[in-house]
Order: sequence, then structure tokens, then C-alpha cells
Amino acid sequence: MLGLMLKETARLLSEGKVSAAELCAACVARARQVQQLNVFITETYDTAQKQAAESAQRHREGRRLHVLDGIPVTIKDAFSTAGVRTTCASRILRDYIPPYSATMVQRLVDRGAVSLGKTNMDEFAMGCGSVDSLFGPVRNPWRYNFTTTTTTTTNKHTRAIRDSSQDSKGKNMQMRTMHHHHVTSTEDSDWFITGGSSGGSAVAVATGICKAALGSDTGGSVRNPASYCGVVGLKPTYGLLSRHGLIPLVNSLDVPGIFTRCVDDAAIVLGALAGHDPWDSTTVPDAFHPFSLPEDIDVTHLHVGIPKEYHAPHLSEETLHTWREVADMFEDAGAKVSQVSLPHTPYSIVCYSVLCAAEVASNMARYDGLEFGHRGSDESSTEALYAQTRHEGFNDVVRGRILAGNYFLLKRHYDHYFIQAQRIRRLIADDFKTVFDSGVDILLTPTTLSPAWPYSWFVKADNRTRTEQEDVFTQPVNLAGIPAVNVPVALSEAGLPIGLQLIGPSFQERTLLAAAKWVEQQVNFPHLQLPEP
Amino acid sequence: MNHLKQLCRTPVIGRNVLIAIARSLSSKVPPEPTWQEIDESKLPEPTKIDQDTIDQLERLALVDFANKEGIERLEAAIRFADQMFLVDTSGVKPMDSVLEDRELYLRDDRVTEGNCKEEILKNAGKVEEDYFVAPQGNIPLPKKEEYKR
Repeated sequence: MLGLMLKETARLLSEGKVSAAELCAACVARARQVQQLNVFITETYDTAQKQAAESAQRHREGRRLHVLDGIPVTIKDAFSTAGVRTTCASRILRDYIPPYSATMVQRLVDRGAVSLGKTNMDEFAMGCGSVDSLFGPVRNPWRYNFTTTTTTTTNKHTRAIRDSSQDSKGKNMQMRTMHHHHVTSTEDSDWFITGGSSGGSAVAVATGICKAALGSDTGGSVRNPASYCGVVGLKPTYGLLSRHGLIPLVNSLDVPGIFTRCVDDAAIVLGALAGHDPWDSTTVPDAFHPFSLPEDIDVTHLHVGIPKEYHAPHLSEETLHTWREVADMFEDAGAKVSQVSLPHTPYSIVCYSVLCAAEVASNMARYDGLEFGHRGSDESSTEALYAQTRHEGFNDVVRGRILAGNYFLLKRHYDHYFIQAQRIRRLIADDFKTVFDSGVDILLTPTTLSPAWPYSWFVKADNRTRTEQEDVFTQPVNLAGIPAVNVPVALSEAGLPIGLQLIGPSFQERTLLAAAKWVEQQVNFPHLQLPEP
Repeated sequence: MNHLKQLCRTPVIGRNVLIAIARSLSSKVPPEPTWQEIDESKLPEPTKIDQDTIDQLERLALVDFANKEGIERLEAAIRFADQMFLVDTSGVKPMDSVLEDRELYLRDDRVTEGNCKEEILKNAGKVEEDYFVAPQGNIPLPKKEEYKR
């Protein structure tokens, strides 16, 4: 049940072969089984089970709300959920309970989806590892040595959960004791990062805890963890999905994103979420028509572009090889494949870093401790209270970006840094437009430089440095506001997922996902298999 | 290279071998990274932030992060941003939003919600008689001595 796709599960629910309550119970059991991965900041299992029972009743009475009725989902903790703590993985919002739900959340709820909890992430979505969270890092389930313990004393009482994806590698399980609460210790650090910032949501889908998850993508925060965790990660066009209730990082770049196990499922969820929202004036008023993808996809009329600048320094051999293989696959199937150029690509990450810091400095100004969130104790003056509240409430990464943003926005630097970045943004967006106008339908690129990194290596450099390195292929897409999707393609020699990114023109999600589904059908990616709980 | 050796040795050239050679010669994916090395000499001088700027940023940012590590990180961020000056942007208009060619949606000017005082005050740390409570304003932030450089 846990390995099934959303589409298949919905069919079983509508045929009465499985009840929503059974499904929810199985997902909760799975979540408990993999608790060590630290997926959740706030679990909502009790509410989920109630929602599932209501869904089961609706199914029995033939009153199914939507294909998503009864389907378990999880929600990144950057989306406000009425009555349920929403923290953005930060101390400053640790006890914040929103009085309203984000539109994306409300649309899922209205269609009967069952939410299991709020997933872990990098604090305020700043990061590409999901390691900088108040609640501890999220761990990648791939190559993870799961253990369970009944006591914390002798090895005799420990029982390993066999991760069958490791069988062919012949690795020995190491017995270790683990705590069943938020895992904040990182002494045992021979596990791999999930990527970020929406790591929790990616893992929830990869492990079968849910069939779909909400994430947010500002510079790659959905596609990056999708690549490392071997799942589909869709970043739709800016303006298609509502940001109302998505705690903002960079208003001109943020987009809600969707994680699923297969491309068909992403199309289903997109259909439920997309479309104008009067609460978000940056959503386009154009009507959105939900679509489903055909089983037989003809790529002979497809023109695939390979942007040469996406062979960036430090691209891993295995990722390069995978990219080449899929490009060749398209060509062998009759698609037209050409090398194209997006000349300003190397400057994209620099431009992104400036725009991001500037908008962050502005967006984070609301956290003053007076109306909501953490409040310091220094009552000597307003400014002293603000400074203390924010010093205590934000981690280094957030404070560093606010400081940089304020620097770039100083009057004497405004044109020099901020406006210059906005000019480069136009050049980046124009690069894509030129290529698409010349007849290219989609672009095929790597998603990340390499498969997932070991945690111990990743934390040797600071967050800012890592973002500068790892967001190379993903953030130009955010600057241009166009849609892109990560498709899991293969496993590396070390047994970690390698994903590739497909990029399309604005509002062409249908073509984009059709091409993605075709790739998915050709490569037959070996999804993570975990024993049923 | 292996394919080439095979080609020379065997009199009958297998079709697969030919395809493999043609494939590796015609792959649209570039075999090597295509980025140019950054010419450091073309960049402006690395910025060293003076004390006045540090104080000013502290007052504006209010995050209490102008310590040694914070300033080093900031200088690294500025150094990275300096790469923007290698791009010729003459004549290019700044882009605020990818939706710049569209009109913002405006709804009817009718009151559709409100009366939610309880909800709004619920998350505040200190409330008095339905007011949010703040300490006295107009008191400048004290300067931190230990951050002098």
C-alpha cells in the first residue's frame, strides 16, 4: 500500500478495496518506523486519523470529494495551517499558531486530503541541505542504517530494519541505539543529507509516509531535495500557485512546489492546486485547466535543448554521464536534440544571492517580537528589544542574509548592487526566452552537481558557501519564473539517486510534464523499497 | 579511445562500434565544463567594512550580528556579489517581477472579513487592554564596544 502511486491508491479507495482509515494508519506506522530520519516538526496523526475516518465515510456513501479524497499528504512547515503550529524551523516562530491556513493547504483540505504533519526544513527556507533547522537535520533514507531499540543497553535487544535497497551492495548493518524524539544529535553522522530546503517533504514521499507533499521553491528548494531523495519535484510557473499563507522568503521568486513519486501524480496535485487566488495578487487570473498525461508519449515532434553552460565546474562524472544518456535517449527516439546557449548562466547564482539577501532583509523585518512569535526580555527600548528578539530567534544563516541584504540596500549601494542584480535578472530571463522562441520546447539539464553528500562533509563549509555551490542549476529557473521538474533517473555507484531537470516555458506545464513522464517511462527508476511496518 | 583501437585492429567494423563512436562524437552534452575562469584583476578591490558602516548596519538590521564572524561572512557575500561587475548591463532595464507585462488583479472594494480581534491578539507575547505592548521608542541602540576593528 505504501509503495503505490497516488493515482493507483485513489482508484483502490474509490473501488472500496482499501479504506482511507486503513491507509492513514499504515502511513502513520511508516512515519513511526522511520522516525530517525527526523521528517516532522509537528505531527498531526490524531487529526489525520479523524479526517481519514470522515473520508472513509464519504467513500462508503459514494460522496467522494475529489481524486485526492483520503490521500495522505504532508506539508512543509513554511505553510500556515490554522490551529497547527507553524515554525519555519525557527525559534522565532517556535510557538506560533496561525489563525488561518495557506490557500495551498486549504485547497488540499477542501478536496479531502489527509495531512499527517508539518515537515522539517532549513530555517526560513534558507539552505540547500535541510540541516539548519531548530529541530535538527533531516536524514536521507537512501543508504540509511535504520535500527530500532527496545532498551538502550545491550545490542542483544536491538533489531535492524532491513533496508532492501542495500541488499545488492552487501553492506553490514551496524547496531546502534537511537532516541525516538527529535533527533538533534549528530554524533552518528555517516548518513547523507536530503538536500533542501524542503527536505522533510521529499523524504516523506520517498519513504511512503505520504503520496504527495507540499514544498516551496525559491532557488531550488523542491528540485534539489527531490534529486537527492529520488522523487519527482515540480516547481510550477511563478503566478500559477498561490503564495497566500506561504511564509515568504523572496516574494519575487518563491513558488509552492509539489513532491510525488511519479509524474502522473504531480499532474493530479497540480490540477488541484493551480489557479487564480484573490488572496494572492501575484497569481495570474487566467483560467487553469487541469490535465492528465497520455500513456503513449510521442517525442518525435519535441525539440530538446541542452544548454552548454550547464556543464558547470564540479559537475560529477556520474551526473554528467546520466545527462548524456538521457539526451541520447531523446535523440534515439526521434526527438530533435540541440546544444543551446544561456550565456549569462555563470552570473545567475551571484545575481540570485543579491536579490535573495535584499528581499530577505525586507521580509524578515516583520519579526519584531511584538505581534507574534518569540519576544526577548530586554525592555530598555524598542530597538534593544527588536535586536535581542531577532538575535535569539534567528539562526546565523538568517541573520547573515539580513545583514547582507541591508548592505546591498544602503542608498550608496542600491544601484551598484541591487539594481545591477535586477538588470542581470532580466538578462537571465531573456536568455531563456530567446532559446524557447527559437523553437526549443524543453531544456534538459542536471538538477544538482552530484548525488547527495554525506552530512559530515556537507557541514564543513557554511550555509552561504554551500548555497553558492549547489544551487547552480536550479536558481536561474526561479529568476526567470519558468516551470521546471526533477525526474529521478538512476542510482549512483554508491546507491544514491541521480535526478535530471527539465525546464519549460512559462505556463507550459503540460508539455513539461509529458516530457518528464516519457523520461520516467524509459529509465524505470528503482524507487526506495522499505519493508512494510 | 578504446573504440578507435578496435577499429584499427579488426577488419570488420561492427555496426555497434560505429554507432558508439558517432554517439560520443555527436553528443550534445559538452564533455568539459564550459565556464570561464573569473579574472580576479577585473574585479573591484575586496571591500573591507568600516566601523561606521558596521554601526549603521546594526541599527538597520537589528540582528546583533556585527561580530567578527558576521562581518567576515558579509565581506565574503560582498566579494561574491562583486562578480556582477563582469557583466555588461548597459542599456538593460532592471526586472522587478516576471509578471511585469501583466496588470495586477484588483478585487472589488468591499469589506469581506474582519472582526477577528481575538485571533490577531492571540499570538502576541504581551497584550494589555487589547493593545500590543512595546518598550519606549526613540532611544538609540547602544553601540557594542567589542566589535571595534
